[in-house]
Amino acid sequence: MHIPDGYLSPQTYIPLYGASIAVWGIALKKIKEELSAKHVPYLAMAAAFSFLVQMFNIPVPGGTTGHAVGAGIIALLLGPWTAVIAVSVVLIIQAFVFGDGGITAIGANCFNMAIVMPFVAYWTFNLIKGFSQNRVRILVAAFLSGYVGLAAAAFCAAFMFGIQPVIASGPDGMPLYAPYPLSIAIPAMAIEHLFLFSIVEGVMTVALLKYFLKNESTLIYAMREASREEA
Amino acid sequence: MKRLEKKLWLWLFVMAVLSPLGIILPEKFGAEGAWGEWGVDALEKLLGYVPVCLKKTVDIWAAPIRNYNFGGEGAILSTRIVSYIVSAFIGIVLACIIILIISRLLFKHEK
Repeated sequence: MHIPDGYLSPQTYIPLYGASIAVWGIALKKIKEELSAKHVPYLAMAAAFSFLVQMFNIPVPGGTTGHAVGAGIIALLLGPWTAVIAVSVVLIIQAFVFGDGGITAIGANCFNMAIVMPFVAYWTFNLIKGFSQNRVRILVAAFLSGYVGLAAAAFCAAFMFGIQPVIASGPDGMPLYAPYPLSIAIPAMAIEHLFLFSIVEGVMTVALLKYFLKNESTLIYAMREASREEA
Repeated sequence: MKRLEKKLWLWLFVMAVLSPLGIILPEKFGAEGAWGEWGVDALEKLLGYVPVCLKKTVDIWAAPIRNYNFGGEGAILSTRIVSYIVSAFIGIVLACIIILIISRLLFKHEK
């Protein structure tokens, strides 16, 4: 889902840079309010984890590959604003050092994987969990939070790819950037994510939430008092 | 460092060492790469042409460790595996450095 350089037109990637920079500003302010110096090791671990989990490419036999992102579980454990920064840091390193995702597309990729994904995941978790303390319901909420979060990110990326032929074509009608229309981009990205990559993300989110419920349940941001929920 | 923190770092270390599964499995199953992340050659094959502006900007940045691989495009699997593990550790170190710098700025008034 790392959009490379050359696939998005400037009229797409420039506004998305603006949007991401604005959200980073808010996120840093929120982290300052919500977390303290004792959370710093967990923040570092969250970024390291997201970097590593994205290295595990999952194959669709004979087809494409994809991977989990980890933004959902980070949002549940440390809050969605922390996930914004942790995953953005990872995406910027990937683009500059490893050529994974374009330099021009950093704003777009951060928007999809570091903003849309953690927030959709966090909201999904709260929506399903409600005020329930029922363990099964919490674990179902965790699965869906990872599943829906990654699917939403993939949908946004597919949308960005798919509008390029419409908004950026040459005088001869040939696409100048990403060549495939929405009618191809959305199903292609939706199917592989809904049937494989998002399931992996969901299972991983449940497994990790279970681990933290057992070992350090006070850390879990999404399980703190209800007053936190409007975040 | 707390016991849980130590344990979590250990798990991250294990993940880094196992990361080459992320290149070995796709190769075993004949999976090519992510949708929408084709290089110029692959696009030429898929479409029969390469969109004009895409071609101009696709190589705008020369990443120092392109594709988590030190060996270049034709590198043998063992080179790619070693590169991948080294890349994983470089990623961890860079992520920690940047997070520590940000945290310093955010929490400078706390001890």
